[in-house]
Amino acid sequence: MSDQVPEEPGSEVVAPQPSAEVLATRKGMFGVKGPGDTSGFGRLRSTIEFPAAAQPPFGGWWDQVYGRIGELIPNYSDVITKVVIHRGEITFHVAREHLQSLVRHLRDDAHLRFEFCSSVSGVHYPTDTGQELHAVYHLQSMTHNRRIRLEVSAPDGDPHIPSVVATYPTADWHERETYDMFGIVFDGHPALTRILMPDDWPGHPQRKDYPLGGIPVEYKGATIAPPEQRRSYS
Amino acid sequence: MTTTVGGGNPAGGADSGGSARPGAGQDPYGAGSGAAEGHVYTVTGQDWDTLVSEHAERGDERIVVNMGPQHPSTHGVLRLILEMEGESITEARCGIGYLHTGIEKNMEYRTWTQGVTFCTRMDYLAPLFNETTYCLGVERLLDIEDQIPEKANVIRVMMMELNRISSHLVCIATGGMEIGALTVMTIGFREREKVLDAFELITGLRMNHAYIRPGGVAQDLPDTALDHVKDLVAWMRKHLPEYAAFCNENPIFKGRLCDVGYLDLAGCMALGISGPPLRATGYDWDLRKKQPYCGYEGYDFEVQTWDTPDAYGRFRIRLNEMAESLKIVEQCVARLEKMSGQPIMVADAKIAWPASLSIGSDGMGNSNEHIKHIMGTSMEALIHHFKLVTEGFRVPPGQAYVPVESPRGELGAHVVSDGGTRPFRAHFRDPSFTNLQAMPAMCECSMVSDVVVAVASLDPVMGGVDR
Repeated sequence: MSDQVPEEPGSEVVAPQPSAEVLATRKGMFGVKGPGDTSGFGRLRSTIEFPAAAQPPFGGWWDQVYGRIGELIPNYSDVITKVVIHRGEITFHVAREHLQSLVRHLRDDAHLRFEFCSSVSGVHYPTDTGQELHAVYHLQSMTHNRRIRLEVSAPDGDPHIPSVVATYPTADWHERETYDMFGIVFDGHPALTRILMPDDWPGHPQRKDYPLGGIPVEYKGATIAPPEQRRSYS
Repeated sequence: MTTTVGGGNPAGGADSGGSARPGAGQDPYGAGSGAAEGHVYTVTGQDWDTLVSEHAERGDERIVVNMGPQHPSTHGVLRLILEMEGESITEARCGIGYLHTGIEKNMEYRTWTQGVTFCTRMDYLAPLFNETTYCLGVERLLDIEDQIPEKANVIRVMMMELNRISSHLVCIATGGMEIGALTVMTIGFREREKVLDAFELITGLRMNHAYIRPGGVAQDLPDTALDHVKDLVAWMRKHLPEYAAFCNENPIFKGRLCDVGYLDLAGCMALGISGPPLRATGYDWDLRKKQPYCGYEGYDFEVQTWDTPDAYGRFRIRLNEMAESLKIVEQCVARLEKMSGQPIMVADAKIAWPASLSIGSDGMGNSNEHIKHIMGTSMEALIHHFKLVTEGFRVPPGQAYVPVESPRGELGAHVVSDGGTRPFRAHFRDPSFTNLQAMPAMCECSMVSDVVVAVASLDPVMGGVDR
């Protein structure tokens, strides 16, 4: 899984697959860094590659859905920036400014009919520069018994994503939770307030830069660090 | 003019008209600075006469009641904010988050296997469903879905269906208690104890099992398990009809439940409602049939629907689903009887949990054989054990979402991995959370007494709502 390459600058680094999304590079093991690293794994390098974008034809009903979106939206290549197929699940990466019109088509068109929005979930990728915050929508077509995933991203500095509540009223609480936990502002949401955390809570707890909290635990003179400071097996 | 009645919770600001209890002054536990509109009464019990006489002078029927989060009929710490005109609800809203414990955040700091220990605590009435949907997601990311041993799948199905029975029993029991049907409550918890006894025998715990693990299940069935489950099924076959005899045609029961909490198919679609409330509209949507997992396509059972989308229809669906679950459990027992000695964990030693458990003189613990092996005979086995238990296995980068049909509807875990030994993100789509959004649609324009019935018919579990 990981390739061991020399550390000297200018040396050949194993190039990742061009279409795979490299999220970060891991160094060493066990979370130790610098001169204190006596593990012998200090020069280990491994890239974190997310599944590569797929090119049509995808096969099966995936092509029907993708083709139908292309018929309904003339500039669909601007709307759907990437399609990823991984482990039998299809993910459409959507440009945020086109999300509202796309989901309306997905729900209302008889050939698509994704009438059920299962969930909205946030993911924070601190290393994905320029699109750190992702909102992930799981849509279910009960008519055709199909399931797709939409992924919309926004940069940390401008955490705005249009709300889909007008199309899927069920997204109301899900978007409030995602706002609460990640600070993604869903423009057009009828009442975007915190839902799980107290109203006056500072920060958004599920972001990766938010600590887990906790205090060192002392036991017979030795201390155990809070969870986010313990050895992490990078 | 709005009048607010609260159980000690809403702010009693300086501008409020004072307390209903003479001499009580401001609520010492209130926030004290809120801009509550209108007259605030702080009710602390035993003072209804004062409250009623004081309010009767105002000649204003509009009142905002804060119900919960400690009210006994709100299924845990659910807070309902009810705006009422007399006894009719004009507007209703939910306040949630009182049981938020940051489980999803905590999971990011533990290994993939330890994640099971966290997620089992979310929907505490259906712990095995939380574990299953999480493990199915992890297994899809690991790409070992077709390597899960057959016996592990059958055990999973059997445990889930027993869990469905115990969860529906609590729903019916507490729902009955809230409308005064105390016998339904007492017999409901009697039957549930029987199911929990079976869980304790098989997993070691009555709840928070952490029994279903990525790759299989934690341990094999004990020798007496199948006989125990057979006795349990016989007991249920005898006693489940009692609920139908008590309730189905009971005029008081029907009077409280029929046409209460009405929500039709269009409402369910828009609000994302699944499970018994959706099937009460007559739509046979059940993920066990539509998108089978764990081998559900190989079992003989019927999806239960009803033609009245109200609290009564949901009750009848739960009752019928328990009978269907018994059918599945019987089929599982028949299969498991032929599977003695088969593996219950995936064969890949890089994923499978290395230790096994056994009953010793001081209770259940690590099996002595295993300890002897790693401590006395094989250094490599010790290293392997240590690495897998402390560091865990790595899961390839990607994301997966494998929903299951929990007793309350579609339960799914959105699992994201960055290739590490811990979840990068695990988000649970909990049906209680989503279904609770239907509360205003079901309660507005009804009577305040129907709110309790309508909320109970959704069967929200606050551990799952708040996570």
